[in-house]
Amino acid sequence: MRTFSLLAGVAALALAVAGPARADFTGGKVRIGVLNDQSSLYADITGQGSVVAARMAVEDFGGKVKGAPIEVVFADHQNKPDVGSNIARQWYDTEGVDVIVDVPTSSVALAINEVTREKNKVFLVSGAATSDLTGAKCSPNTVHWTYDTWALANGTGSAIVQTGGDSWFFLTADYAFGHALERDTAAVVTKNGGKVLGSVRHPLNNPDFSSYLLQAQASKAKIIGLANAGGDTINSIKQAAEFGIVAGGQNLAGLLVFITDVHGLGLPIAQGLILTESFYWDLNENTRAFAKRFGERMNGRVPTMVQAGVYASILHYLKALEALGSDGDGKAVVDKMKAIPTDDPLFGKGEIRKDGRKLHPMYLFEVKKPAESKGPWDYYKLKATIPADKAFRPLAEGGCPLVQ
Amino acid sequence: MTELLGIPAPVLFGQLLLGLINGAFYAILSLGLAVIFGLLNIINFTHGAQYMMGAFTAWMLLNWAGLGYWWALLLAPLFVGLTGILIERFLLKRLAGLDHLYGLLLTFGLALVIQGLYRNEFGSTGLPYAIPAELRGGQNLGFMFLPNYRAWVVVVSLAVCLATWLVIEKTRLGSYLRAATENPTLVQAMGIDVPRMVTLTYGFGVALAAFAGVLAAPIYQVSPLMGADLIIVVFAVVVIGGMGSILGSILTGFGLGVIEGLTKVFWPEASSTVIFVIMAIVLLLRPAGLFGRTG
Repeated sequence: MRTFSLLAGVAALALAVAGPARADFTGGKVRIGVLNDQSSLYADITGQGSVVAARMAVEDFGGKVKGAPIEVVFADHQNKPDVGSNIARQWYDTEGVDVIVDVPTSSVALAINEVTREKNKVFLVSGAATSDLTGAKCSPNTVHWTYDTWALANGTGSAIVQTGGDSWFFLTADYAFGHALERDTAAVVTKNGGKVLGSVRHPLNNPDFSSYLLQAQASKAKIIGLANAGGDTINSIKQAAEFGIVAGGQNLAGLLVFITDVHGLGLPIAQGLILTESFYWDLNENTRAFAKRFGERMNGRVPTMVQAGVYASILHYLKALEALGSDGDGKAVVDKMKAIPTDDPLFGKGEIRKDGRKLHPMYLFEVKKPAESKGPWDYYKLKATIPADKAFRPLAEGGCPLVQ
Repeated sequence: MTELLGIPAPVLFGQLLLGLINGAFYAILSLGLAVIFGLLNIINFTHGAQYMMGAFTAWMLLNWAGLGYWWALLLAPLFVGLTGILIERFLLKRLAGLDHLYGLLLTFGLALVIQGLYRNEFGSTGLPYAIPAELRGGQNLGFMFLPNYRAWVVVVSLAVCLATWLVIEKTRLGSYLRAATENPTLVQAMGIDVPRMVTLTYGFGVALAAFAGVLAAPIYQVSPLMGADLIIVVFAVVVIGGMGSILGSILTGFGLGVIEGLTKVFWPEASSTVIFVIMAIVLLLRPAGLFGRTG
């Protein structure tokens, strides 16, 4: 305890010394905390790649806002809401972190959403999917950048229903994200005239899906919707192939599939999957250039949409800080972010809506056949572009208290 | 259609069979743990990492050396078993006779280091490994579609478990092993090289884990964390069966696989917890486990 007080004292002293020089930035600097899964099933989707993306954003911005240096710190929330909120409190209270970025795993993101609101800091969500972050649980301190469950359901779900997949059975990861994705997709299916025959909820990070797949098979639904992510989706798809589900006439709908998942599955098994993402490294000159720089630091890997979202959201945050000239009042920073139109090399021009939803186009992709792929990570064919005003849930339907 | 407990019978049979298949992995892993605990008195927390190493060795053999599944089934347990022998010689040996806690700390730490190294090299998503051509496809059993590969897993696991049990319970070598467990000093006095036997036993236990890893590679994603997720369940299996009991670990492995499979039908959300609930109950009623000796 004594060491702790001593450290806290030293830190306070350091703050006091550094403080007056740049009074408008707390602690004399801007400190960005990347909080995500560094070691488990979402580590390739977010993980170190998000940290690298954050550092690239800081470099591209010039390393300083109005003379105040920008720092990036990171931590592993282990996909546990209690671990995540402890880190967030410690960061906000004692370590001078001004903004928390990324945070995959919806249950953790919802917890950080509350902590950030309570401390009046800023929360830039890229990794988490639940549309509740801009719906019932929306906060004046939160921006939801990359994608959400509604956008995924709207992209993949309606594309599949419209091509005849009108009866669904869900395999759902049993936590906030899976529930939200199932709910949003079921709504899209029913709206388009399809019906939901049933669902089964499996624990997060479950290795064996054969039992659930058999239940899905028995339901006779045309489409088995995978309302899960990461390793869970990979194992579902792999084992569905093994059990002859697709050969038997049923089709799989991966509702949240990242490029790293396709890489992990390999094209022979992943080919033909329909998926929705807001970013692909091979979309245009800018995305290719970013992917090249990213790959040089990440052992040749390409950025996922989540990592791209971390980069873009930090760039926009820093622009808002520059315009505002201070970072102390989180709500004011987010208001500024909403006031300035967004423009970055990865997502193009866009805006942040009143409820915290970032608007940009979503893309419907199909995974290439092995013969069509020309090189490493050449996996997607663009099927359709969903324009920004159609890609996300209409403002009025979310039930966000900030809107009324 | 006949129904049992509100579930159509064909579905129930399917789930029982699937449970048996998963049980095969539990059985073969807990068998290795039981063998190691029986003789070395060490709780081998590295077991999950060694299972993962088996799967990765299969992947490396295929992608780097062009050697397919059948070679991997033979070579991966040998390689990984060899690393086990090195671990025993240079690290575990020094802990002989100390409190269980030291062995636990060492093997747990090793598991974290090994998993970290693999994650750093290969990422956490994992790598694809295809089912060997000879075992693709499946049989329609009427009540379910049984992939040939899964059938193979059950058969080969049962054979390996049975063979291990026979060697330990019915052969002269097995009797040395069992005697050395009871009283190593006396056995050594009879002219049997106990330290070498201990080393080889650890190597064998580790090889079993690697063997299970190769069996798992085509079914699950070959990922650095595949063992970490499984090992906790396997430990529960060992505890329920009774620490160190060979037959106990085999029977409990298959049995719990079936119970878990049924839970996935009746109450899917609880399927990851049911084994631990059973463990708690067994520990309350029979602290030594179902097949363990008290005292």
